[in-house]
Amino acid sequence: MINLATPQYIDNMRTSLNSLAKSVLRPIARKYDEAEHEYPQELEMFRSMKVMGGGPKKKPKTDDSPEKSSKPKKGVNLGTVVTVEEMCWGDAALLLSLPNAGLGNAAIAAVATEEQLQRFGDKWAAMAITEPGSGSDSGSITTTARLDGDEYILNGEKIFVTCADRCDVVVVWATVDKKAGKNAIKSFVVEKDTPGFKLETLEHKLGIRASDTGTFVLDECRIPKDNLLGSAEVKTDTEGFKGVMKTFDNTRPMVAAMANGIARAALDFTKEKLEEAGVDLSYTSNPNNLSSIVREFYTMEANLEAMRLLTWRAAWMADNEQFNNVEASMSKAKAGRYATLITQKCCEILGPLGFSRDYLAEKWMRDSKIMDIFEGTGQIQHLIIARNVLDLSSKELK
Amino acid sequence: MSEASLCFSLSEEQQMIKDTASQLVQDVILDNAHQMDEDKTIPDEYLEKVWELGLSISPIPEEYGGYGMESTPVLNAVVLEELSAGDMAFAIAAMLPSTVINTLLDSGTDGQKKKFLPPYCEGAYQAGTVAVNEPFFGFDAVNPATTAEKKGKNYILNGTKCFVPLADRAIHFLVSAMTDDGPSLFIIEKGSQGLSIGEKEKNLGIYALDTRQVQLEDCQVSEENRIGGTEAFERFLQRSRIAISAIGTGVSRASYQYACDYAKERMQFGEVIGNRQAVAFMIAEMAYEVDAMRLLTWKGASVLQNDSDARRDSYLAKLNAGDMSMKITDYGVQVLGGHGYVRDHPVERYYRNARGISILEGLASV
Repeated sequence: MINLATPQYIDNMRTSLNSLAKSVLRPIARKYDEAEHEYPQELEMFRSMKVMGGGPKKKPKTDDSPEKSSKPKKGVNLGTVVTVEEMCWGDAALLLSLPNAGLGNAAIAAVATEEQLQRFGDKWAAMAITEPGSGSDSGSITTTARLDGDEYILNGEKIFVTCADRCDVVVVWATVDKKAGKNAIKSFVVEKDTPGFKLETLEHKLGIRASDTGTFVLDECRIPKDNLLGSAEVKTDTEGFKGVMKTFDNTRPMVAAMANGIARAALDFTKEKLEEAGVDLSYTSNPNNLSSIVREFYTMEANLEAMRLLTWRAAWMADNEQFNNVEASMSKAKAGRYATLITQKCCEILGPLGFSRDYLAEKWMRDSKIMDIFEGTGQIQHLIIARNVLDLSSKELK
Repeated sequence: MSEASLCFSLSEEQQMIKDTASQLVQDVILDNAHQMDEDKTIPDEYLEKVWELGLSISPIPEEYGGYGMESTPVLNAVVLEELSAGDMAFAIAAMLPSTVINTLLDSGTDGQKKKFLPPYCEGAYQAGTVAVNEPFFGFDAVNPATTAEKKGKNYILNGTKCFVPLADRAIHFLVSAMTDDGPSLFIIEKGSQGLSIGEKEKNLGIYALDTRQVQLEDCQVSEENRIGGTEAFERFLQRSRIAISAIGTGVSRASYQYACDYAKERMQFGEVIGNRQAVAFMIAEMAYEVDAMRLLTWKGASVLQNDSDARRDSYLAKLNAGDMSMKITDYGVQVLGGHGYVRDHPVERYYRNARGISILEGLASV
């Protein structure tokens, strides 16, 4: 039965996470935006906290009776998007910098063997997919992995790697057979001190500056054969690559939740300033009778509410083992775009307070922009949604 | 706040009633919506069909002739969306009695329920209507210009109302008016002295729905016809805002689905137009905005169903529905291009109807 009223336990969760974000992340948000590549030591307290879930793998369900599966559960994905929104209300770049909570950690937790978990489970793992010539089209990567006895030899260049400087290991996507297309793309754990593996540069960015983004060069980099994650087999159908892409069904709602957190930070601050100025925000008057600023403010609030509900739906579906590919893209398409628009508009409404670096509003405007870009740009999300509802293949709708 | 867990899927019962409403639309509305719009009327037999399903009267207690089912804002929102996806004018007319019924069930005294509810259960569709809107620039539902002045045990009402659906045949008029202690609701019975019904209005959209101006000139009603106080009026507005959001979702969905089907078939430059990103991206945006509109509607309805205050949620849901249904139905016309501008296709009707979502107040209730 439909129930979208916020459950008590989620409300409690939001309250306690918000006070954590407020007391730990918010006070140092500006400091590490200015000190772009400096490691925020204050985040060490999170190393063992696992705020981002990352618990043990789910056991396969044995009881599949319909009564049980139809019951909504307090799921991991929903918990994660709630957490992410609150933490990003504190600071999105710092959330991306939490020790041992990189995207690579999620990949390792999802598919690693016992032996690999022993070796990498406690390490901070970054993820390296993007290449200079391969952005949204991640099937076109050219980094190679060549088997040589008990080792793979990796060659190529990886850009936009989050936590590039601070991580211990990097999960690198590479192809074992360029001719075999997407199915030959595998992921490999590369330790930072491996010869032939070099952190070339750290990027200077528009926003999320506290997050260290870097470029790696792999030059005849030899790693143990056992560092390959998942199966070495190159299948002839595209199921393997689809499996890799399926990770996005979980990570896209997370990015949407990040967008929601930043947008809410901007709206909360704007609301505070409006109320200080004596503006009435009581959801009473007919929208025709409102001032332009109040009308804009309510519209942004409605959009944030829509962003959050789309995000929660995608996460809820994942928790209830429903295929959520389109809903995940919907949440990110809406949240990525509207967080960008909301933070822009808040700066406009705030006037001088929105342009000054004495306040965080301008930073939120810069930070939010990445939400419509990484984990698939807004355009890619629209393509995924449109292909699905129009029943078109990726060859028909390019 | 809710004790229950979050849930984004319909229960079996909700799905069943949704399917029933959807089937009715398939059977009698879809093929006739255009003709109803041209004829500017809804045949009685269609309204009877909805009445037979008992959608409006199911929450009326058995002692007054109903089925005594739980009042369910979420389910009502689901039903309104389905009916509106068929035709907005039809949906408002079909569920019009609910506006009076739900308000009485929510805030009426036993005496009021006993007096006003039974006629809705007596074997045929009865129109009970609602008179909230007023024909003035700057009209605001929370601040009606219509006045209700207390005189002894009576109230004297004066004012002008517009967009009153089925005013020519309604047995009850649920009228909003300003009292000494704020805005409130009154039931005025058909034929009351001082109540006069005007000519049929000519509107931009929902042609099939007969709406009229209603004049109240020293119209005297007993204090027993006042439904609750100002809180009851506030809850009435909340229920109505969510209902209108549900109607907006239905109209928007209809336009989206039609445009989507069209984009799959319409050939230009040797391929279907859906293959073009310029078209496909509009379709994608329509898809998630329809979903978002529905989720905002359901959120407000869920809050009401938990007996919590839905002022903010209902306000934001309606604000969003007003803006987005306009945007979505605009896209609907645009995807069809010139064909969307001619009345052979329904997208032009959806576009005209959608303009009412942000303007009309109080015309439905969950």
